[in-house]
Amino acid sequence: MTTTTDPPAIRVQGLEKSYGDLPVLRGVDFDVAPGSIFALLGSNGAGKTTAVRILSTLLKADRGTATVQGFDVATRGADVRESISLTGQFAAVDEILTGRENLMLVAELRHLRRPGEIADALLARFSLTEAGGRRAGTYSGGMRRRLDIAMSLIGSPPVIFLDEPTTGLDPQARIEVWDAVRELASTGTTVLLTTQYLDEAEQLADRIAVLHDGRIIAEGTLAELKGLLPPARVEYVEKQPTLEEVFLALVGGPPTPGDADTATPPTSQEQ
Amino acid sequence: MSTTHFVADTSALTRRSLRHILRSPDTIITTAVTPVALMLIFVYVFGGAIEVGSASYINYMLPGILLITVASGIAYTAYRLFMDLQGGIFERFQSMPIARSSALWAHVLTSLVANLVSLAVVVGVALLMGFRTGAGLLGWLAVLGILTLFTLALTWVATIAGLSAKTVDGASAFSYPLIFLPFISSAFVPTDTMPAPVEWFAENQPVTSIVNTIRDIFAQQPVGTDIWIALAWCVGILVAGYAFAMLTYRRRTA
Repeated sequence: MTTTTDPPAIRVQGLEKSYGDLPVLRGVDFDVAPGSIFALLGSNGAGKTTAVRILSTLLKADRGTATVQGFDVATRGADVRESISLTGQFAAVDEILTGRENLMLVAELRHLRRPGEIADALLARFSLTEAGGRRAGTYSGGMRRRLDIAMSLIGSPPVIFLDEPTTGLDPQARIEVWDAVRELASTGTTVLLTTQYLDEAEQLADRIAVLHDGRIIAEGTLAELKGLLPPARVEYVEKQPTLEEVFLALVGGPPTPGDADTATPPTSQEQ
Repeated sequence: MSTTHFVADTSALTRRSLRHILRSPDTIITTAVTPVALMLIFVYVFGGAIEVGSASYINYMLPGILLITVASGIAYTAYRLFMDLQGGIFERFQSMPIARSSALWAHVLTSLVANLVSLAVVVGVALLMGFRTGAGLLGWLAVLGILTLFTLALTWVATIAGLSAKTVDGASAFSYPLIFLPFISSAFVPTDTMPAPVEWFAENQPVTSIVNTIRDIFAQQPVGTDIWIALAWCVGILVAGYAFAMLTYRRRTA
């Protein structure tokens, strides 16, 4: 569980990244405690995927440092890759292979013994045993994402990145994925989750960071984030601010790329 | 990464993409269809009117047809690589503790296997159409060696296209000029029948030396200096293609 004495599983400090003249990350800092679920919440284009790509060594940062399990992503890439697993925004499964073959391939690439047994155990755990012999291309969105997450668990990496794990899924499939993520965290895996869905962060995350225009503009537990707004007053109707209201107040409406001043400090907001 | 990982990872990923081909064998058929159709047209339609000396026309033109087979086959290599990059599975591999160049080498080895199968299909059809050679095992091995080198060279060129393409069509379109290159060579007609500038081009482009070498081996004639020119072209394209492909790859995965 999260204790203050453990070193963070992920530490990001002053991370900056531009694509040409377009700054995507403008100095991002956050720590993720081991065994916790951390949500990076932001709209499309906020820089969530860029941050995940840097942390999983697919992209180099322009400035700043990032460590995963104590390994610097810039200099200890191979050690970082031993410690992580990435589930991308678009379910990265091989559609031509069967579900079972997908799992076996990942087990082989992680140099594990008995890839067949590993595959069968995961198929059972994710209720895919019957579908295991079918090509992944025939799976529904939810099944595919479950297979994707199952592939990420092989070799029990201590840190898992889930980049928008429920984008494009129907409500039932979302709940299936949420259950899978909760189960993961219960076994001590550190989960960094990016999402644009406020309820997803609210449902899953121990801590939430709001990424807007390439900066973290607020970070804390759900209760702490709610505390950023004035507490509810009893008038005619009592109304707690929902996370959605907190989010929209924090980011000040739809994001405006290139205008850094829209990210005003949360305390100056009025309700 | 250690070499044992490189071998194990490349082999696992090669088995994966070979499985792709086994599940859609149409790519092998499609690769062989164009050269076989060309062979039929040239032998049974144009062939009677083309003067190539004493050799039977199918014996004369098979080497060029084999090069066209490879040129159309490698378009699928670019296509498969492009689809992996698009689909996100490539990023999954890159974020895993594997030898990083394995993902690329797997496509190269798969390309080699697929092209050799297509070549075997085309040679089989040619034999049915009357292609004959007195070449022995050594001769066949020499032809296999040259075609392997040629396939690897073009495969690395295809890899550059697959890595840098923006669209599916772009990934495979680069192979069209390669398919047409044999037409401006000694593959179908003797080059001395061409106008001087065209003849100069035909004599000095890679296809002619490769075609002449394979043709001489099949006819059990001395290959002369053509084989060295052919090998120099193949190795040169291979080295340049490999270097550029790796550069593109590093830039993409940096």
